[in-house]
Amino acid sequence: MTLLEVRDLHVDFHTRDGIVKAVNGVNYSVDAGETLAVLGESGSGKSVTAQAIMGILDMPPGRIPKGEILFQGEDMLTMSKEQRRKLRGAKIAMIFQDALSSLNPVLSVGYQLGEMFRVHQGLSRKEARAKSIELMDRVNIPAAKDRVRDYPHQFSGGMRQRIMIAMALALEPDLIIADEPTTALDVTVQAQVMELLADLQREFNMGLILITHDLGVVADVADKIAVMYAGRIVETAPVKELYKAPAHPYTRGLLDSIPRLDQKGRELYAIQGLPPNMSRVPEGCAFHPRCPAAQDICRSELPPLAEVGAGRGSACHFWKETLGD
Amino acid sequence: MGRYVARRLLQMIPVFIGSTLLIFCMMYVLPGDPVRALWGEQSADPAQIAALKHQLGLDLPLWHQYWNYLTGLFQGDFGTQIASQRPVADVIAQAFPVTLRLTIFAFVFTVVAGVLLGLIAGLRADKALDRVVLFFTLLLISVPSFVLGFLFQYLFAFKLGWVTPTVQDSEAWGQLLLPAIVLAGLSLAYVTRLTRTSVAENLRADYIRTAVAKGLPHRRVVGVHLLRNSLIPVVTFLGTDVGSLMAGAVVTEGIFNVQGIGNAIFEALNRREGSTVVGIVTLIVIVYLVASLIVDLLYAVLDPRIRYA
Ligand SMILES: Nc1ncnc2c1ncn2[C@@H]1O[C@H](COP(=O)(O)OP(=O)(O)OP(=O)(O)O)[C@@H](O)[C@H]1O
Ligand code: SF4
Ligand SMILES: [Mg+2]
Repeated sequence: MTLLEVRDLHVDFHTRDGIVKAVNGVNYSVDAGETLAVLGESGSGKSVTAQAIMGILDMPPGRIPKGEILFQGEDMLTMSKEQRRKLRGAKIAMIFQDALSSLNPVLSVGYQLGEMFRVHQGLSRKEARAKSIELMDRVNIPAAKDRVRDYPHQFSGGMRQRIMIAMALALEPDLIIADEPTTALDVTVQAQVMELLADLQREFNMGLILITHDLGVVADVADKIAVMYAGRIVETAPVKELYKAPAHPYTRGLLDSIPRLDQKGRELYAIQGLPPNMSRVPEGCAFHPRCPAAQDICRSELPPLAEVGAGRGSACHFWKETLGD
Repeated sequence: MGRYVARRLLQMIPVFIGSTLLIFCMMYVLPGDPVRALWGEQSADPAQIAALKHQLGLDLPLWHQYWNYLTGLFQGDFGTQIASQRPVADVIAQAFPVTLRLTIFAFVFTVVAGVLLGLIAGLRADKALDRVVLFFTLLLISVPSFVLGFLFQYLFAFKLGWVTPTVQDSEAWGQLLLPAIVLAGLSLAYVTRLTRTSVAENLRADYIRTAVAKGLPHRRVVGVHLLRNSLIPVVTFLGTDVGSLMAGAVVTEGIFNVQGIGNAIFEALNRREGSTVVGIVTLIVIVYLVASLIVDLLYAVLDPRIRYA
């Protein structure tokens, strides 16, 4: 069953310098137990989409002029505030990039974990504390019992991110959104944290939306991929197929810029140019100023997300040629 | 923690000696003579004056006088006023509680109203209400407190007749309300602005986003997560503010005729009663030191990242 489906989602920010169209018609879906990886350069709207799903957009300046976010078949955008609040944390949870700034510096981790149980399940402080210790054990924090009273700054980066994960898992939600959960960590602990997250996901059969820049991680844990560019999904596909044969020049550029062992020593490929300013997105295909395959039609006509195979889509006028190369 | 408190208390000794000595010297070099003043306009017999000075120890060198004062102090003797023959301890015991009450009153008002206004404004940063609050606090900051005092006196006493223009009974809490508000004015404006900025800033912090993502009710996000973090800079400010409130009390007392230390200092200065001035000022310094110690300890309670050792 489809756990979450985002349909034609638009998000604008009304700023002093004009309207920033951060998300322009995003579609994606996740099933229970499935992992969707969201890729794309900085500013492509990955986090904003996640925040819209979570219901934590800054509104204002943010606005959702159009779109639906169906969670277990119900549109969350038409729910009451209170209904949505009850879903947050309990059914849909989020893991943020920087655990140090995302945890409250003046409250003990035990308090912050326990809050989930106290608020959503009405447990007493004591019961909540016991549950917090259990959770900390579960995410492999040594000496959880002694450390439950400690504050975020007293933990290492990896341990802090484990606490974030524990907090997200506290109420065994159906969907987890992890926004670059390992970017802020040391390379050595990145793999451990990612493994923990993947294990727990399997155990609870949760849907996972994993926002990341790390294409290596994606290949290991994701089932399918959505590639974002300038607030749109430009390609979506099952992981293996996408890696084998991308159907969009942007995806191809991303894949070519991964350092590979068999090409050691060679200069890395990089997509030329910079991502567009989101308040002045180019006409037609937003990628055309940087696209090596761009033709005249690309400058005037917006390519729709065309079906290019089973469960595959590409928003490129020349997806056939790209796929065939 | 215990060691920290002990060290801070020990640090008060040199500050105490320094401040008493400083004021003692200032009184010494001030022109005028408390003994000569006893005779007023009349001419006095120089021999008589000299005799009295000798009796009071005022003919001794400065260091000796200071030594006598200190040793007296450690035996609980604050000295005696020359003209009235009243023990200085009595003068202080009568005036000090009045000022302390006025200050506490103003302090509580500053904290409660300042934090509340700041929170309300900060939660709606850049909206109309926030602008109004910012405007009025700016006004409060730019108007000298005695102007505010006279303005309130005019408005509430002469125009509206709600209160008497001056305080009749300095022991009565109710009568101290207006002076306390005037005294609090400046601090209130600062606390409001500080809280407002801090709230608006913390509202954008990542951990607030987390709190919302956890599905906590708005009340809890604001009351538990936002407020506690936002109060940290406010508490720091309040620590130093106790001193300025006590200093401000001296001015406010003058406007509303409150019989507190401001009044006592004024009279004592006029008559060059050195021991009275030194006693009162030293007490203010001590209250200030104790208050800032309490605030520092509170700071550590609010922010676990601070550890005193
Ligand atoms: N609160 C906001 N106000 C105004 N603009 C915003 C706000 N939040 C995001 N944006 C804009 O929306 C666009 C998309 O931002 P988003 O954070 O989703 O990017 P991202 O894909 O997550 O990038 P990164 O990889 O850097 O995290 C950016 O251009 C950003 O400037
Ligand atoms: S539509 Fe044109 S510009 Fe856009 S990706 Fe395809 S080829 Fe490149
Ligand atoms: Mg992001």
